[in-house]
Amino acid sequence: MDLVTEVRLGNLRAIARTISLIEDLEPEAEALVDALYPYTGGARILGVTGSPGAGKSTLVDRLITLERRRGRKVAVIAVDPSSPFSGGAILGDRLRMQTHAIDPGVFIRSMASRGFLGGIAAATGDVIKVLDAAGYQSIFIETIGVGQTEIKIVELSDIVLLVLMPGAGDEIQAMKAGVMEIGDIFIINKKDLPGADKLRAEVEYVLSFKNPVQAAGGGNGDSEGVSNPILMTSAVQDDGIEQLQEAIESYATEIENAGKLEEKRRYRLERELLGVLNRKIHELMDLHIEVSRQLPEWTERLYRRDARPYALINEQIRNFLEERKGDQ
Amino acid sequence: MAVKKTRILIAKPGLDGHDRGAKFIARALRDEGYEVIYTGIRQTPEAIVQTAIQEDVDFVGLSLLSGAHNELFPRVVDLLAASGAGDIVVFGGGIIPEQDIPFLKDRGVAAIFGPGTTTKQIVEFLESARDSS
Repeated sequence: MDLVTEVRLGNLRAIARTISLIEDLEPEAEALVDALYPYTGGARILGVTGSPGAGKSTLVDRLITLERRRGRKVAVIAVDPSSPFSGGAILGDRLRMQTHAIDPGVFIRSMASRGFLGGIAAATGDVIKVLDAAGYQSIFIETIGVGQTEIKIVELSDIVLLVLMPGAGDEIQAMKAGVMEIGDIFIINKKDLPGADKLRAEVEYVLSFKNPVQAAGGGNGDSEGVSNPILMTSAVQDDGIEQLQEAIESYATEIENAGKLEEKRRYRLERELLGVLNRKIHELMDLHIEVSRQLPEWTERLYRRDARPYALINEQIRNFLEERKGDQ
Repeated sequence: MAVKKTRILIAKPGLDGHDRGAKFIARALRDEGYEVIYTGIRQTPEAIVQTAIQEDVDFVGLSLLSGAHNELFPRVVDLLAASGAGDIVVFGGGIIPEQDIPFLKDRGVAAIFGPGTTTKQIVEFLESARDSS
């Protein structure tokens, strides 16, 4: 089976396989991603983030229904945490999306974070490319339930939906840096619970301080005429979801017209290239300096105060570079 | 640097709502280092098979306590085969009478684990089934 052709044709098995090869860091994964890359760029990528239990999966489930009604093919990547002890994971997000299980226009994939921090998995970016090349027009990425600093999702999304719920903290919490800064669209879910209106007022208050000259791609720095919508929903009662989808549509149009979408996508590619470079350098270093093998010895020397941290590492890097010079 | 993770779908076909066993197994398998996809109660065989394909699992574990296993377990096996996913190994658990087990095995269910099964037994089955595939 030629995976690239089959993925392009929308063969579900091929898509699922390709995703696994990428997740498992199989040797052929890089070539597959590169072969699919020219066919990407057609999808709208929506990041959905928020604290555990805020209602992310249920909201995505409802949004899938509306996207399908517009005739779009939808893919979902739902990330859940891996156990730091066993490496195993229970992936349960799709539990709330199973009404779409047999819709041929919906592809749902659960991903374990596999030790990656930031609310997503290391392979999430490449998995998006597979789904994009396979012709899915709306791709939702649901992060693990996040705290205040798991904001990697901003580096993958066209639009970030931040899902909040009443009773999870006061305005001081809301003013903290990090997750509050990356939302493009703010959703106050469980709006039937007490405190929902107060939370809305707090979010409005915090957003009113927003710095209009934030760096490109840096979340709600999309200011300049583009304001961040705040929506009230109850996903379980299917209330407010249509308004939410309308808000997503008009926000998408606005940022596109303002040239912000292009800017974001460039920023994303830049971050991505830096990420690949970092990983490759890591691998190279490990191959040549044999970090994994030598680490116990270095640690021991440091523990005995026989070595100093910066001097030790600098020496290793110097040796590595000298060696490379010798190779040429 | 490949790190192949074994992925398992734990699913409950049929109409009973008793998911304690399924959840227990999901949790135990997580602690053994597997990635477990859990889809909840009352899944149709069609939904289970589509989920198994999209999630690219190596195994599907079915839990059933309502007595419809002779109908639903083979249906999942057949649908997987019809979707070109016959390589995915199906096993089952729940309240399955002893005399039904030969029939189910004959219909392509690789193993049946009843009450009292230890995690170790399931892991041994998974590991040997994976190695032989």
